This record gives sequence, structure tokens and C-alpha cells, in this order.
Amino acid sequence: MSQASLQIVKISGHAGPAPGAGVERAEQVCKLVDTTTCIGCKACEVACLEWNGYTFSETVFDNSYQTMPETTWNYWNLIKFNEHEREDGSVTLLMRKDQCMHCAEPGCLAACPADGAIVQYANGIVDFQQEHCIGCGYCVSGCPFNIPKFNSTTKKMFKCTLCSDRVGEGLEPACIKSCPTGCLHFGTKDDMKDLAEARARQLRENYGLEKAGVYDPAGVGGTGVIYVLHDVSNPEAYGGLPKDPQIPWVVRFWKGPAKWIGNFAMLFGVIGVTLHYLRYGPKQVHERKNGRGGQP
Amino acid sequence: MNTSQVISSSHASDAGEERILRYTLSERINHWIAGLTYVYCLITGLAFWSPYMSWLNELTGGGPTARFWHPWYGLIFTASVFWMYKIWRGDMRMTNEDLAWKKAMPHYIRNEDENLPPIWRFNYGQKLFFWLTFYGTILLLLSGFGLWFVESIPWSLRWLRYLSVTVHVAAALATIGGFIIHVYMGTAMVRGGFTSIIRGEVSTAWAKTHHRLWYEQVTKQNSARK
Repeated sequence: MSQASLQIVKISGHAGPAPGAGVERAEQVCKLVDTTTCIGCKACEVACLEWNGYTFSETVFDNSYQTMPETTWNYWNLIKFNEHEREDGSVTLLMRKDQCMHCAEPGCLAACPADGAIVQYANGIVDFQQEHCIGCGYCVSGCPFNIPKFNSTTKKMFKCTLCSDRVGEGLEPACIKSCPTGCLHFGTKDDMKDLAEARARQLRENYGLEKAGVYDPAGVGGTGVIYVLHDVSNPEAYGGLPKDPQIPWVVRFWKGPAKWIGNFAMLFGVIGVTLHYLRYGPKQVHERKNGRGGQP
Repeated sequence: MNTSQVISSSHASDAGEERILRYTLSERINHWIAGLTYVYCLITGLAFWSPYMSWLNELTGGGPTARFWHPWYGLIFTASVFWMYKIWRGDMRMTNEDLAWKKAMPHYIRNEDENLPPIWRFNYGQKLFFWLTFYGTILLLLSGFGLWFVESIPWSLRWLRYLSVTVHVAAALATIGGFIIHVYMGTAMVRGGFTSIIRGEVSTAWAKTHHRLWYEQVTKQNSARK
């Protein structure tokens, strides 16, 4: 029995409310990425490979500092480099650490048909359980951030685990550990939101970045990875971060009403033909010419 | 129509009655390739469709195995259906007789077959089922590729991913509707139909009752050949 369940909520003979009643102990973990202090060193990319046991593989040069165009099944953490022209005509490089966002309402999980292949822990981490994955790729259609990737050898899907194995042991994720500028933070969702808002306020008030803000999209119920952006009104500039990510309505319909409409339609079909048989029975051929037919 | 002819087979002569070849051996083999691959795709597909039917995966070797084979069986099914299109396309064309039959269809449903106008090799319902299956298969094939190679669809064209899901589900449900009726009619309702797709033959009485124009056509051809 965890200690949280032994928390005292009522107390006898006590003046005033029970001490400590109403304290929230369930902690949502969160990663904060401050894009304004990222220098694009890719230490987090290396740390991710190191901790998760993947080796660096061949990449394609694409006239960019970016390691590869997209994350892959064995490369979960990718800094996206985007040249961005400011209003005064000067050019800046926007760098954003791209990985699974660990949505509170995960589209991958909604789309998945395999029992237990995708789980969400109480701390908010969305994790793939490859031993239950059937490799159908439905999560690819469900994800509004284009994150789950297919390993064509093992036929399983992979993505960032938010280092659930480290977090479960009270450690911070590997990427956080490696960041040299401190642009990556890890803690509870509430703490990270406070920190992010404070940083955004600082950017607005002291650095003249009036549009600075925090990216924690409500369309997916908030995310376990939040960003501080120089310009929160234009997240697309940061390597295609969607402005208002949602679980695609097609996926919602498919996994919701369509299921019941389809199941009832199939059931009614079977019932319908059964009723027809009970009412009208089989079609017999009338052996008109010769009387030797099997007609009773 | 050289695929159909009047024959006198040994077991038919036992009943002292002429029997007619309705489906050639290759037509029968092809029908059962389509039928069995469809059933495989149906079982595995339903398991992917709803968690309440995931237990069906146990029949086909587990989820990953089912997921691996589903598209390949689908391709065999598609090839089989395309072959059906090649050989039956002519027979499946809607005729004026079919339109008259369609008007009288309530009689058919109530088993009042004597009130139906004569028709050729296939009736209006069979043709409807054939075209539903044919176009359904094309949609299942195209959307199936979208689901099979979902990662090859670029992010900028992701609406194709969503379209694939929708079309695959809709086409599958439509063909399942046809499949339920087809299996019911072929086994329970129209007696003699199931035998014809197994052994290929129907009795003359069956041919006269259900497909009189076709019967007259093949018997005429047969006597001309003699």
C-alpha cells in the first residue's frame, strides 16, 4: 500500500481542518525545453542514443545542421534547425528539440488496436510496450506530432520513452542530464509550467520578445513536454510544431461512433438473414417436367 | 458461352436427370481462393477493428502474425477478384431483363419465384454483389496500401493517412454486408447453389427456375454442338 493512501483526510477532536488535507501527491512529470537558450549542440541526441543503447547510423546531408530529416525508430531525439527571417529582415536559426510530446490525451493510444501496446502511466509518460505491439502502424495515423516510427526488422513501433526507466528510479531523463546550457529542465508539470511562464515573462519584459510564450497545447489536454518559444504565435516555424494539435477527427470517429455503427450493422445483417430464413425458409426448385425431384 | 454446357455426369444419371455445368473447375477454384482469403482477411481485420474481437487473433497465430499476413492475403484476394472481373464481366452486365427482375424482387425475397421474369446466368442481386465486391476490392487495395506503408505517406500529405483509414473501414463494412447475404443465400437460402460452386453442376430444373434464359441459351448451344 502506497503512503499516499494513508494520507489523513479527517481527524477527530481537532480544531480546524486536518493538517495536510487536500495535498496533491500525484505528480505529473514534465520536460521543459527553452528554445531561446538552446545552442544546437546535440548533446541530448547523443545522450538519448547512449542511454537507450542505439548506435549512430548513417545520415543524409540536407544543407542543414539537422542530423536527419525526421526522428527514426532508433533516433528518438532530434534538434530541428530552421532558418527564420525576422521582421527586420535579419535571419536567425530556430532550434527545437523534437521528440514525443507525451500528450495527456495521446492520439497514438486512441488509435492503437493492440491490447496493452501503448500505456499511460500515472506520472503522464506515454510508453510503448513492444511485446504487445502488432506493428499495424495505426499510431502513426493517430499522432498529431508524427512521432511513432516502425522498425521494419522487428515489426514493432518505437518512440521516446521519456526515459521511463530512469524516471521510475528517481532520475531525470538522459537528454536533460546532458544539456550544457540548462535549456532543458525536468520536474513536475506544475513546477515546469511556473518556470516556463517566468522565463516567457522575462523574455517579454526584458528582451523585447513580445510574442514569447509557453507551448503546452490544450487540444491534446496539455503535453508532458512543453516549450518556451520566442514567438508562441508561430510554432510552425520551429520545424513544423503544430499550432493547435488535436487527435485527428477521423481517428476519433473511427475509434468512437464508427465502431458502434459498424458493429450494429454487422449484427443486424446476421440477425436479418436469420429472420428471413425463419420467415420464408429455403428456395426449393419445383421439378416440373419429371416427377422424380426431391420435392416433398 | 463455352464455359457452360449441358453434361450428363454419372451421378446425375443415377437420378435419371440431366445436369448442367454452371461453374467450370477454374471458376470454382478461383471462387474458393477468393472466399478463403476473404475469410482470412475478415477474421484478422475484425480483430484489428475492435478490442472485443481481438480474441480472433488467437485463431490466426496472434496479433503480429495476423498483421503480417493480412495484407498478403489481401493481395491474393485482389488478384482473384480481378480474375473474376476478367471472366465474368460480360455475364455481370446489367440487362433489361435484370431491370424487370429488380421490379419483381419482393417476390424473390418471399420465395414466390413463379412470379419472376426469366433472366440470364446471374440475377440482379448477384450482379449487385459482384460489383460491390469488385469496387470494394479496388478501394480496399488502394486504402490498404495507405495503411501498409503509412510512414511512406509524407507528413504534408497526412490527409491520405486519414483517408486510407476511413476508406478501408467503409469498404470493408460494405463488403461484409454483401458477404453476409452472399453466404446466407449461397448456403441456406438457395438450395443447390452451394453444390454448384463445389461440384459445378445444377439440375435442369434448378437452371429453369432460377436462370431460364441462361438455360435456354446453353441447351441451344449444346444441341447445336451435337
